[in-house]
Amino acid sequence: MKNIAVIIETDVSKSGREEVKEICFGMITIAREKNCELFAFVINADIQALKPDLKSFGIANILDIVLESDLQYNPVVRAKAMVKAVEKFHIDAVFGLCTPMGKDLLPRMAAQLDAPLVMGCIDVDLQPDSHTKNCLAKTLQYSGKAIATIKTRGNIPIFGVKPNAVKPVKAQTDTRILRFDGIDLDATKLKLIQTGRNDKSADINLSEADIIIAGGRGMKNPENFTTLFKCAKILNASVGASRVAVDEGWVPYSMQVGQTGEKVNPKVYIACGISGSIQHFAGMKTSQMVIAINSDKDAPIMSNSDYYVVADALEVIPELTKLLSSTQPKAANLPNYGVGNKF
Amino acid sequence: MQIYVCVRHVPDSAASITVTGGAGIDQNIAFLINPFDEHAITQAVKIRDKIQGAEVIAICLGPDDAQKTLQSSLAMGADRGVLVQTSENHDSILTAKALKTAIEQDGSPDLILTGKESIDAEGMQTMFRIGALFNFPVVNNIVKFNIQDNEAIVDHEFSSGIVNRYKMTLPCVVGAGKALNVPKYPTFPDIVKARKKPVKKIALTDLNIETVTNSMTVVKLEPLLQKRNPEEIKGTAVQAAEQIVQILKFEAKVIS
Ligand SMILES: Cc1cc2nc3c(=O)[nH]c(=O)nc-3n(C[C@H](O)[C@H](O)[C@H](O)COP(=O)(O)OP(=O)(O)OC[C@H]3O[C@@H](n4cnc5c(N)ncnc54)[C@H](O)[C@@H]3O)c2cc1C
Ligand SMILES: Nc1ncnc2c1ncn2[C@@H]1O[C@H](COP(=O)(O)O)[C@@H](O)[C@H]1O
Repeated sequence: MKNIAVIIETDVSKSGREEVKEICFGMITIAREKNCELFAFVINADIQALKPDLKSFGIANILDIVLESDLQYNPVVRAKAMVKAVEKFHIDAVFGLCTPMGKDLLPRMAAQLDAPLVMGCIDVDLQPDSHTKNCLAKTLQYSGKAIATIKTRGNIPIFGVKPNAVKPVKAQTDTRILRFDGIDLDATKLKLIQTGRNDKSADINLSEADIIIAGGRGMKNPENFTTLFKCAKILNASVGASRVAVDEGWVPYSMQVGQTGEKVNPKVYIACGISGSIQHFAGMKTSQMVIAINSDKDAPIMSNSDYYVVADALEVIPELTKLLSSTQPKAANLPNYGVGNKF
Repeated sequence: MQIYVCVRHVPDSAASITVTGGAGIDQNIAFLINPFDEHAITQAVKIRDKIQGAEVIAICLGPDDAQKTLQSSLAMGADRGVLVQTSENHDSILTAKALKTAIEQDGSPDLILTGKESIDAEGMQTMFRIGALFNFPVVNNIVKFNIQDNEAIVDHEFSSGIVNRYKMTLPCVVGAGKALNVPKYPTFPDIVKARKKPVKKIALTDLNIETVTNSMTVVKLEPLLQKRNPEEIKGTAVQAAEQIVQILKFEAKVIS
């Protein structure tokens, strides 16, 4: 029997309720294996609100981690709390998401535990053979040009799962809630002093987005990007950009998709006026569906898409926005950035 | 003040890679400095130029060919280089131990910079491991850096547009994000001058690192093939938009 921890991230729904982020369910699906017991780790969350969903995905234990000090948003404190929970509940493997939060938390945990860590996992096998504790994880390497199978050796391997890597599968179970509090924590060497937004891309969470509309040089100027923002708003999509659009100063760097930008994994990626360079593909190659709108039928993005439109993106996008205004997006989650003081 | 910058020797992002032997790549392509590490070097040089007596040391664990990456670092302004020689590809557990030991043997770090991630291994973790080994605080993906008294004030880009500001005691470890600065590419004289700067070479085996039992090993590497079947959406802009809506609704099922 193995104890497996999954680190849960939450969102606030339109009605103001705390809920499990949808991308967690795929991660739980990957983490769930025969003869294993699942522990959901949640920090300072509304456990009762989260319980029904966690129960329907096979979580036997919800660990309600309560951090009371005003240091609760300090990443060192959070990582230490997670590590203490791992030790106390004899956890054999940890799963988290390869999201902004996971990219900070998981390597801190791995460094503290001196444990193996694979980020960006698209699949994990916890028991490839019964004689060892070795695990196998699949992840992308070489800027998305190759899939690597990585063998982890050592106790408590940690896996950062890529959002949307697998389809969530339900599995009902009995669920109990365990409280873990009174953790004595401090972080003297690192203090969080402020948190806030630095530019207009703040509502964009590219690494977790289901739908991304991205613009490149073909968008021609910053004003045309507003048409993308408009369309994205109705679709509940995020807006991305190529490096050229960023280098031209049309949009902030945080919107760049690609090898030196964000690695994304949406269900749909709509590329507008983007040629499809090798470095751009490095960031969006794994998108489930790619729709390209480009005036040049020979642009590389076209032959690497599922659907392509040979047209001026500046004509198609406004039409799309008009049509969509009469349709409803499927889900609309408000981002949850509830941390510390504001800038 | 000693500022160490960890630089990784990586395949050129524009090169196609060929898998050989099942778990490695054909090394007959251009390798160069990891793009994020250029931002780390640039920042280190900026800090040094403001502090008298400060020194920037670029350090790399890699093959002989990685001297090129150190030369680029020196041309960008680092004062000297350290190459920890190895012919193998190591995971970040061992890499962090090797870099820590080599830094410790070389001097006493007040600040260690890395890139926010490597573009080949995409490990996203080496900086945190180095920090833990030294017991130094770590912040990755920084977009602003300032030293005030004996502390560093850094802005960490948490996600697109969300920034957290931290105060860290020195010595500390920071991972450079792309928005931190704009690297100044070396001029020809910079490159010539760099050739005269010292580069110390140490064999990994001479660092006498204790045996590491925890590891991550690439056991298989497969090219990620594109298996898309492009289908053209024809018609006027309005017709194209109509078809896209249908696809989003019925095929991708992202709208209802
Ligand atoms: C080390 C390194 C790292 C890099 N990292 C990244 C990265 O992370 N992300 C990234 O994106 N790039 C990156 N690049 C840059 C990359 O090589 C390309 O230069 C860049 O992706 C091209 O951007 P683009 O597609 O917008 O522009 P272009 O290649 O110029 O393409 C513009 C496209 O728009 C089309 N077009 C023009 N007008 C219209 C219109 N009205 N309607 C529709 N289509 C139109 C054109 O036909 C063309 O195909 C990197 C490069 C290097 C060397
Ligand atoms: N072999 C190496 N030599 C020197 N620095 C390295 C090496 N590997 C990783 N690093 C540093 O650690 C950062 C993060 O790498 P990674 O953890 O692989 O994403 C890189 O940007 C480098 O600054």
